[in-house]
Amino acid sequence: MGLLSTGNKKVLINPFSKSNPVIVLVLGICSALAVTAKLEPALVMSASVVVVVAFSNVIISLLRNTIPGRIRIIVQLVVAATLVTIVNEILKAYAYDVSKQLSVFVGLIITNCILMGRLEAFALGNKPWPAFLDGVGNGLGYGMILVIVAFFRELLGSGTLLGYRVIPQALYDAGYMNNGLMILPPMALIVVACIIWVHRARNKDLQEN
Amino acid sequence: MENILNIFIKSIFIDNMVFAYFLGMCSYLAVSKNVKTAGGLGIAVVFVLVVTLPVNYLLETYVLKAGALAWLGKSFADLDLSFLSFIIFIAVIASIVQLVEMVIEKFSPALYQSLGIFLPLIAVNCAILGGSLFMQEKNFAGIGEAVSYSLGSGIGWLLAIVAIAAIREKLQYSDVPKPLRGLGITFIITGLMGIAFMSFLGIKL
Repeated sequence: MGLLSTGNKKVLINPFSKSNPVIVLVLGICSALAVTAKLEPALVMSASVVVVVAFSNVIISLLRNTIPGRIRIIVQLVVAATLVTIVNEILKAYAYDVSKQLSVFVGLIITNCILMGRLEAFALGNKPWPAFLDGVGNGLGYGMILVIVAFFRELLGSGTLLGYRVIPQALYDAGYMNNGLMILPPMALIVVACIIWVHRARNKDLQEN
Repeated sequence: MENILNIFIKSIFIDNMVFAYFLGMCSYLAVSKNVKTAGGLGIAVVFVLVVTLPVNYLLETYVLKAGALAWLGKSFADLDLSFLSFIIFIAVIASIVQLVEMVIEKFSPALYQSLGIFLPLIAVNCAILGGSLFMQEKNFAGIGEAVSYSLGSGIGWLLAIVAIAAIREKLQYSDVPKPLRGLGITFIITGLMGIAFMSFLGIKL
């Protein structure tokens, strides 16, 4: 079996569209919305989630035959909490400003439903390597939505991307205004709803009745 | 006393868990199809928050914070254990939820019937851990403030989930565009409710 056999490739690719954790499975919404007012925290958050989900998937998958079924939730939470603590300390050391902006949401990766969902549904029944790919795929699928939402919110809300001004001054002189509403929390929900709308209009089999 | 009341009102309306911080969205979206179950889950969340948050507050003030261990003696005075807070908080929450479930099952089977199925779900609800992490950030002056914060944010969450469940019940009779049905329209309505809740900004007692 090669490192990227067809089955494994599917595991890695699927979370991008057909089984995207955020817009199809509705997991991990909590943090997905709160950190998307600017692009930079969204990128950092996605990277942290990829790391935590991938490695906790591997650890749980290695331990899967020794964990008693009754206490598996607590074991999973402890593994996740340890990894998140490490990520949080690293962020504090190397990206202090962003870690201040993310505030409690780094800690909330522990209870991010993507993490628990993947551990329950995939890592407990699969070998470490596919589990790692599954973690990376789901983390990236989550990150993709975060980046799309943050892109539109920062562009329309403050006229910048990653802190650099992209809307030319001439437009402001002509009467263009930043849409302050985009920065406020409720607009994150509405932007995600628009993404879901577009995605489901293209994938008819996902529509609900 | 005034401060406690202020925190209470603020945590329900202005810093609402759902509309301002999107905490507990997973269960909020999954369990809001009818008002009765939504109310059950909401009450369970209030209950667990009110139990776990003060416990975590005490742990934070007397064990985890920088210099919190001073009561053990001089040599402990400059210890800072706050990097352990994620693990401690989640362990406290998971074990208290387990404990509460067992106690309710033993003493009030009727309540267990209505709340029991939700309790395991709650251990991984971000609103609970989020409450504790916000408590850590807000530096409350005493246990009274922590209790009122936990009660307020729990009630705010209950209010949000019951409201969205009631709207979703009525939504079944309306003609929503096909790709938006279910999840999409729920997001939009939550967004609109969030905008409405923003009109409470600036209220102060």
